[in-house]
Amino acid sequence: MDAREQQFLEYVQSGGQVETSDWMPDDYRAKLIKFIEMHGNSELMGVLPEREWILRAPTLQRKLALTAKVQDEVGHSQLIYRVVEDLGKPRDACLEDLISGKSKFHNVFHYPTKTWGDVGVIAWLVDAAAIISQKALLKCSYAPYARIMKKICWEESFHILHGRDVILTMMNGTDEQRELVQEALNRWWGPLMQFHGNPIPAEDDPMYIWRIKSQGNGEARQQFLDGYVPQIWELGLTVPDPKLRKNEDEVWEFTEPDWDELKHVVTGHGPRTQERLDLRRTTRDETEWVRRTVLAQAA
Amino acid sequence: MIYEVFRQERKGQPFAHAGSVEAPNDEYAEWYAREQFGRRGESVALWFVPREAVHEIDEFVDELERNYHRVDGYPLKEKLKEARERAGTQTTK
Amino acid sequence: MSEQAPKPPSNTVLRGGSRVDALLAIADDELILGWRNSEWTGIAPFLEEDVAFSSIAQNEIGHARALYQLVAEELSTTADELAFDRQPEEYRCSAFVEQRLVPDWARTIARHYLYEQADERRIKELMASDDAEIAGLAAKIDREEAYHRMHAQMWHERLQAEPRYVEALEELQPLVDQRGEHVPEFEQLWNEMTEVRRSVAGATW
Repeated sequence: MDAREQQFLEYVQSGGQVETSDWMPDDYRAKLIKFIEMHGNSELMGVLPEREWILRAPTLQRKLALTAKVQDEVGHSQLIYRVVEDLGKPRDACLEDLISGKSKFHNVFHYPTKTWGDVGVIAWLVDAAAIISQKALLKCSYAPYARIMKKICWEESFHILHGRDVILTMMNGTDEQRELVQEALNRWWGPLMQFHGNPIPAEDDPMYIWRIKSQGNGEARQQFLDGYVPQIWELGLTVPDPKLRKNEDEVWEFTEPDWDELKHVVTGHGPRTQERLDLRRTTRDETEWVRRTVLAQAA
Repeated sequence: MIYEVFRQERKGQPFAHAGSVEAPNDEYAEWYAREQFGRRGESVALWFVPREAVHEIDEFVDELERNYHRVDGYPLKEKLKEARERAGTQTTK
Repeated sequence: MSEQAPKPPSNTVLRGGSRVDALLAIADDELILGWRNSEWTGIAPFLEEDVAFSSIAQNEIGHARALYQLVAEELSTTADELAFDRQPEEYRCSAFVEQRLVPDWARTIARHYLYEQADERRIKELMASDDAEIAGLAAKIDREEAYHRMHAQMWHERLQAEPRYVEALEELQPLVDQRGEHVPEFEQLWNEMTEVRRSVAGATW
């Protein structure tokens, strides 16, 4: 690392903020693009499991709420890809890399949704896991990204409430409805525990070193468990991990998540990965003419 | 074309940069700005403008001492103490 | 570039039939079209339009809800029961709105454009109703629909030089006024739409 890069490193590590037109080390820019792009990909792919339930929503209120939630996620991907584009990678290139499997998206969006119970669990717990990471990103050294995170976090807060409302309504309903929730939770617990990534110490994580992330993976997971395990238990739901407990040092202990499964899934081998990427590919191809007609033309 | 969007949260507040949208012309840009930054009624007003119409200044030349037009150019403590002593109005600190 | 103005509908929903039938026809149209438009959420031609079109879809479902609520009061039931608990043959939506047009953006915009024009006429009729509740709701709906019409017009102007769009308009235009028979897939759509709701009879969701 040369002197200028070293100076930049010290600058961001002492809380310095970086704007689009500032000089930045190539490595910082590259890591930033990769990280933010993956976030954009995740918002866009997260839409696909959830939109399947808009038609099947059992009340008009839920139908509207779910449509609005999915719309927010598309909106987030718009904000995020704009940030990436201003860093130097055009939106089309991001979408091409996503569809071809060259870039990644979060594990949770590679899994199927099977019941209305999944709809509740995703909105309540998957969004909760995401918001913990997103709150930490409010302190990202790259200011344009930190700024959009503010809007994203604000909108996510409705998603979690909607999720909790769906779950509480079912928990207060019939035995079959409670069973739907427990069954969905049993299936989603593994991916949820893997969500924040394997516990690489913060000091060894390049994203943390550059202060792109302001928190380590293990810390994020602990925060998630702190916030949400009590919420799960207070409803009489069980978590499918017999080792899960908070120890005397106030640290959550749990069965080590399956890191092989995580790697396998995010490298494009999840149960629904290909099907969802194929859907993106076909709809992108079918609508290519629209972009050519509308965006390519001068006003 | 990229359009920058500014939003005003409440009447009386300044317009702050909210983000940007891609649109072929002003008509589409109005739609997209309204949707992305106002669909929840979170803004009472929006401005949108093509990015190339926004000019940035991030360099300010200030080589010679210019504290004559800033508050830090006026340390009055010592002069005030001297004037009070003269007038016999200096109270013990 | 000039084009023929669409001809007025041959049988307005409000002529003949009860007030309930008339309102349900509009509500059912808005519910199903709202669903069809929301099928673009996440896969629209580009992200900004994806967000915009989703709002239009939500507005339509919102209009359906408000109309169902009006009718529900009269029939001593609820909006959700009207929206979901009737049998497929009891729905009064038109084949025009029932067709699945994803991933064809030309036909989607063509339907959007034609529907908004036809819908404007019936909403304006409702605004003239002597029933204050109906007239009031219609006025609110019309204020939202004004934006939909602007959006449709904006896209219409942008696409009118595209042969596939012109073709789509020609193909869909005659279907605007048709009412009475559902498309073959409607029953399957209804099955899926009501699947969760029917899975636990009488439950609160």
